[in-house]
Amino acid sequence: MEIILAIITGVLYASGVYMIMRRSMVKLILGIILLGNGVNLLIFLLGRITKGEPPIIDSAEKVLEGVYADPVPQALILTAIVISFGLQAFAIILVKRTYKVLKTDDLDQLNTTDEDS
Amino acid sequence: MLGAVLLGLLFSFFLVFAGSYFKGRLAVLSSLVPISLFVYFLTYIPDIAQGEIIYENYEWIPSFGVNLSFTLDGLALLFALMITGVGSLVFLYTSAYLKNHKYLDRFYGYLSLFMAAMLGLVLSDNLMSLFIFWELTSISSFYLIGFNNDKADSRKSALIALGITGIGGLLLLGGAVLLGDVAGTYRISEMLAMRDVISDSPHYLLILLLIFGAAFTKSAQFPFHFWLPGAMKAPTPVSTYLHSATMVKAGVYLLFRMSPVLSGGDIWHTILIAVGAITMVYSAIHIIFRTDLKGILAYSTISALGILVFLIGIGTQAALIAAAVFIVVHALYKASLFLITGIIDHETGTRDVTQLSGLRKVLMPVAIAGFIAALISGGVPPTLGFIGKDLIYESTLHYADSAILLTGLAIITKILLFYGGFVAGVKPFMGKLPEKFSKLHLPSPLMWVPPLIMTLAGIVFGVFPGLIESAFAKPIAMTQAINYEEFHLKLWHGFTTILGLSAITITAGTVLYFTIKPKHSLENFIAKFDVVAPKDLLIKLSEGFALFSRFWTNSFQTGYLRHYLSIIVGFLTLLLGYLIFSDFSLNIDVSTLADLTIYEISILIMLLLGVLYVVFTKSRLAAVAATGVVGLSFSLLFLFYSAPDLAMTQFSVDTLTVILFVLVLYKLPKYLKLSDSKLRIKHRILSISFGTLITLLILRVLNEPKNTEISEYYADYAYKLAHGKNIVNVILVDFRGIDTMIEISVLIVAALGVFGLLKLRLKTRDKK
Repeated sequence: MEIILAIITGVLYASGVYMIMRRSMVKLILGIILLGNGVNLLIFLLGRITKGEPPIIDSAEKVLEGVYADPVPQALILTAIVISFGLQAFAIILVKRTYKVLKTDDLDQLNTTDEDS
Repeated sequence: MLGAVLLGLLFSFFLVFAGSYFKGRLAVLSSLVPISLFVYFLTYIPDIAQGEIIYENYEWIPSFGVNLSFTLDGLALLFALMITGVGSLVFLYTSAYLKNHKYLDRFYGYLSLFMAAMLGLVLSDNLMSLFIFWELTSISSFYLIGFNNDKADSRKSALIALGITGIGGLLLLGGAVLLGDVAGTYRISEMLAMRDVISDSPHYLLILLLIFGAAFTKSAQFPFHFWLPGAMKAPTPVSTYLHSATMVKAGVYLLFRMSPVLSGGDIWHTILIAVGAITMVYSAIHIIFRTDLKGILAYSTISALGILVFLIGIGTQAALIAAAVFIVVHALYKASLFLITGIIDHETGTRDVTQLSGLRKVLMPVAIAGFIAALISGGVPPTLGFIGKDLIYESTLHYADSAILLTGLAIITKILLFYGGFVAGVKPFMGKLPEKFSKLHLPSPLMWVPPLIMTLAGIVFGVFPGLIESAFAKPIAMTQAINYEEFHLKLWHGFTTILGLSAITITAGTVLYFTIKPKHSLENFIAKFDVVAPKDLLIKLSEGFALFSRFWTNSFQTGYLRHYLSIIVGFLTLLLGYLIFSDFSLNIDVSTLADLTIYEISILIMLLLGVLYVVFTKSRLAAVAATGVVGLSFSLLFLFYSAPDLAMTQFSVDTLTVILFVLVLYKLPKYLKLSDSKLRIKHRILSISFGTLITLLILRVLNEPKNTEISEYYADYAYKLAHGKNIVNVILVDFRGIDTMIEISVLIVAALGVFGLLKLRLKTRDKK
């Protein structure tokens, strides 16, 4: 199972990087989202995957025992998801704003700080 | 002594505020600063003559061994008196020379800043503080050379001078750090005991080269000499003060000061003698080809500096005494000649020696000073120049087996310097006075008295050499020579070989003066060789460097985001690829695939399709929707693999993102394919190889054993310490609670940013 997930991570990385290198700013954001998902999956895989054993202590117990999914990568990914949401939201609005002011979505036309070019 | 160093510095700060008072007639008052310092240092002469060495130490950064330690011995006193003495006269002279100049106060500020730095340099006992003062002299010299900052020539010369001496400063820092490391101290007085340790150290050669680099650039030794003629663009008082009497001698001072510490190996002597000899002969020959008075003086200064380096290289006691005396001689006559040139330039408006003649009729006192200066320069008795020249011959004559060669070189140099001194000091005053100069009149005494004082001092010291001997020569020989022997300076030694050589020098010099006339044709002739001159080579080198950096920058800084990204990703791919394939092993356990359920397979297929759809679709709305599919597949995946919290978060976040996207979508332009297919293929290859490497990397990592220590800690203590049963939640809100709080503030900042962008109303001006 890990093998397939590893391949999927690779696919996410590849498509994320490819999308980031496009000229459209919307594609840039989509690329960032895909890449972010790839990174999350990478972290998740490093904690190994466990089916059906969430890291939650039974109501009768005080200590988590037996087989359980690693809680540390999960905590990390949770943070990452939330932060990337902040980033994405800001980026989407920024693109909108940029288009409104500059009337373009093409990154190649934004590579100078001079107003008159 | 700290006060003495700081006085100049404080005065230049003071001028920033009170400068306007010191412009007009009050400018003369500025010279009270160097004069009082000169008197202050004079009072030390009796102590120093007794062989005393005065130390003063102020802690600055003791943990680095960097302190303001000052030491006053014969050598330091000689330089201090020279700096303040010549300084006093130059300050007086300037008040008349630059009378009513718009920026006279600024000029005085730079001058006194320079004087403070130079005093600090020669008084420092700590190599680090010496370095700092060294740099300060370079910087103040930059301002002074470029004082006429409305002229492109001045600015260029100032920059070249700063560049060359700045490189030297860096070398000095390197040498100082290395030397401090080897000796275990930055104090020069403590290094004296380490002479053998230093010369046996494996870094000895490197230290020498660094220190030499510093000294040669500062003191304009071949092949770094070319900045000095360029520096003559500065107003004449600056040339007098910095570029003949004091700053350019800083390199000589450094070598002189370090000679008891560093002269342990033969290489010290070999390099210094070679470089000194080349410099002195090379620039002495150049004198013949110059017609600009300041150019002649610049080359004769370089030649004199060559003699000093050469003498320090010989390094015997006789040579060091010769060097000490010659420093005084040179300061006296060269500063006078510069001041005289300044007067001529000021009155006639030209420095071209072919156009000047007969000026004695209108500038008599100046002519007298010029004539005496030429005598000192030529080493004619009874001036101090004669003693200086004799001492030089004496030290070369007794230098081991190459005595004849060295003496020969010294004589050639001295003959040419004799010629140069007479061309600059006598020729403009001789012959017929041209009509256009007949209306000239003598300038203010403030201008012609200083050179007269200096030249007369040259005669007084020559007649009474005991003054120089007890005040400087003996104390210097005691501290700087390795084995001190008694000696006496005398004007008359009887009929010896040296006297014969002196006679040859003076005769040959006189003959040269009457046979060779400065001509423009000679100047044009030498200009043909500029192509191979060190100056042009350096300028070409720096132009080439600028060209290369422009090419380098342009090829990396294109301004295209995709270009930057492809460089970063490409580099990472190469690095990662090298690391993975240099130790390649792939251990794939296919057996786990048997456990796959139909749910998992369908989620994975959905995910994969979603990703591919995002990449290849032509519709923006479809791409955004596909991103949503990817996100939702992720939340299912998380749910499946024991991460319910992640599933919840991913679900809500993804829904929000898609909604947000769709809300702004309708305002965006058409979703176009912008890049050409060639570039797309290139990017695809790059992305796919990067993705493949990531997959391989994960497979490698999965083979490694996993460290579960941290997870176990949380599993054991989540309930006991934090009373929560959902461990992921406990980690976020309790164990790492502060992190989460900061994360929330990040989100708040993002939210404020979004809000701001939405509400922002641009003025029409900004919209353009």
